[in-house]
Amino acid sequence: MSLSVDIHKNLGSFSLDMVFESGGGILGLLGASGSGKSMTLMSIAGIAKPDRGRIVLDGVTLFDSEHRINLPPQRRKVGYLFQNYALFPNMTVRQNILSGLRRERDKMKREQAFNDIIAMAQLNGLERHKPSQLSGGQQQRVALARILVGKPALLMLDEPFSALDSLLSRHLQSQMQLLLKEFGKSVIIVTHEHSEAYRLCDELALADDGKVIAIKGAKALFSDPESRQAALFTGCENVIDAARAGAFKIDVPQWGVRLFAAMPAREELCAVGVRAHCFHPDIAHNRFPVCFTGDIEEPFEHILQFRYKNQPPGSPDLWWRVPKSNRSIKLPAELGVDPASVMPLYR
Amino acid sequence: MDLYPLWNSLRIAAISCFFVFFLGIFAAYYIMRIPRVLKGVLDVILTLPMVLPPTVCGYFLLLLFGNRRPLGIFLAQFSLKFVMTWYGGVLAAAVVAFPLMYRTARGAFESFDETLAYSGQTLGLGNAFIFWRIRMPACRQGIMAGTVLAFARALGEYGATSMLVGYTPGRTATISTTVYNLWRTNNEADAFWWVMVNMAISTLVLVVVNMMEQRNKKAGLA
Repeated sequence: MSLSVDIHKNLGSFSLDMVFESGGGILGLLGASGSGKSMTLMSIAGIAKPDRGRIVLDGVTLFDSEHRINLPPQRRKVGYLFQNYALFPNMTVRQNILSGLRRERDKMKREQAFNDIIAMAQLNGLERHKPSQLSGGQQQRVALARILVGKPALLMLDEPFSALDSLLSRHLQSQMQLLLKEFGKSVIIVTHEHSEAYRLCDELALADDGKVIAIKGAKALFSDPESRQAALFTGCENVIDAARAGAFKIDVPQWGVRLFAAMPAREELCAVGVRAHCFHPDIAHNRFPVCFTGDIEEPFEHILQFRYKNQPPGSPDLWWRVPKSNRSIKLPAELGVDPASVMPLYR
Repeated sequence: MDLYPLWNSLRIAAISCFFVFFLGIFAAYYIMRIPRVLKGVLDVILTLPMVLPPTVCGYFLLLLFGNRRPLGIFLAQFSLKFVMTWYGGVLAAAVVAFPLMYRTARGAFESFDETLAYSGQTLGLGNAFIFWRIRMPACRQGIMAGTVLAFARALGEYGATSMLVGYTPGRTATISTTVYNLWRTNNEADAFWWVMVNMAISTLVLVVVNMMEQRNKKAGLA
């Protein structure tokens, strides 16, 4: 199980230069809209043609501009779940799913595969429905069943939960995790939601302006994003210019503090990131006097804006996320940060 | 009363509509896939018969298929003569009705959600299957509208028909050329009868179209 992608395409206003590899498992492609994520999926599926490059899936060359190889989408064995699911509106659920099985000539086997997938995707009783009669979650399951029934070598999901409301989306994500485990082959999930990416993916590739700027394990990327862009993409609220002041010391002039980090700071360090939930009044490290400037009230937490006492004017406020149940009535005079939560950033 | 014009009109409209249906659909489908400049040029050429006076279309048809023109001489070897024959009427009606089918089909194809075709491809479906079983049903409304418009236009064709095949009772006479010739020869009563026949057919076509639309709406497919 392996996928290697190295594609280049000039799209006028911006150029796509996607280079990444995956050794199987679930790879998340995380990036803002317009970063070239969907174009990458379309290139892998064979719907869009890159100007040059190479795509190899499980040892089979799908595309190679040098050797003039460009397999048609029908022969790539790549399953593609579109954002809008792309169910055929004129066909019933049964016809939609059977359209993924047209290469199976044996009628018995086709019926068997159909019944298995209906049970697996929990679509019993909906076989005769048209897509327009189904809920969003059911439509997604039909689309997924239609793809999985053809046993693709790679499954690609394009923003699979963006069309659903958030509660339903959470439910479906846990269902999806089970389905993907059962599928057991390479999966690529495109998303712009960092928490969704974290929950579903083993490995994350960050796409920005048509390029992959970072690729590593999901947990590692969130704890050590390494670059400014990666810190922002993974939802880090406090990112600021900084300079190395020693092996584990980082100067942050705009906050007026010197922070200690658990990770050694290399010479090229240029910024630092601290997630908003990492501050706490009881932590003795990196503890400085603060004053509070604002409060954004969320349903279950407060986002408190504060400044360090020595912070020069004109510099941005910091954010502190406090769960409502934990918030003491009195605002603390000092806040600390565990050195393990201070993330040195290099680009 | 000689009913030949009715039979001839219906036959010309049906046959030309049959050809125009396929030609219009394939022209619309392939023209979306060619480079922009060529697309613009072809689009103008294919749409011209709609905005030109039909007599001008008839003039061009005579230039091409006239008995002493190269193409006309060539086709005469296969006993295919378009001047002054009923199937010349088919040609004239097809040329004039074609743009209606072509433009309506193109509009329908352009509003088609291309991800349906893409997903069909990634599911391993052949391009012919995708075209006939996914694209066409999704564009059914527009295709049907185009077909009806083309049929109605072919049925009512007068200008190009009279240029190319003229009016020979019992051979090339259609309802519209008959109405004109009866009127011209002061046979007002018969002209009125044929006008009523024409009205009846046109009304019937419209009623059928409306009924089909209603049924589609009821089925929730509109």
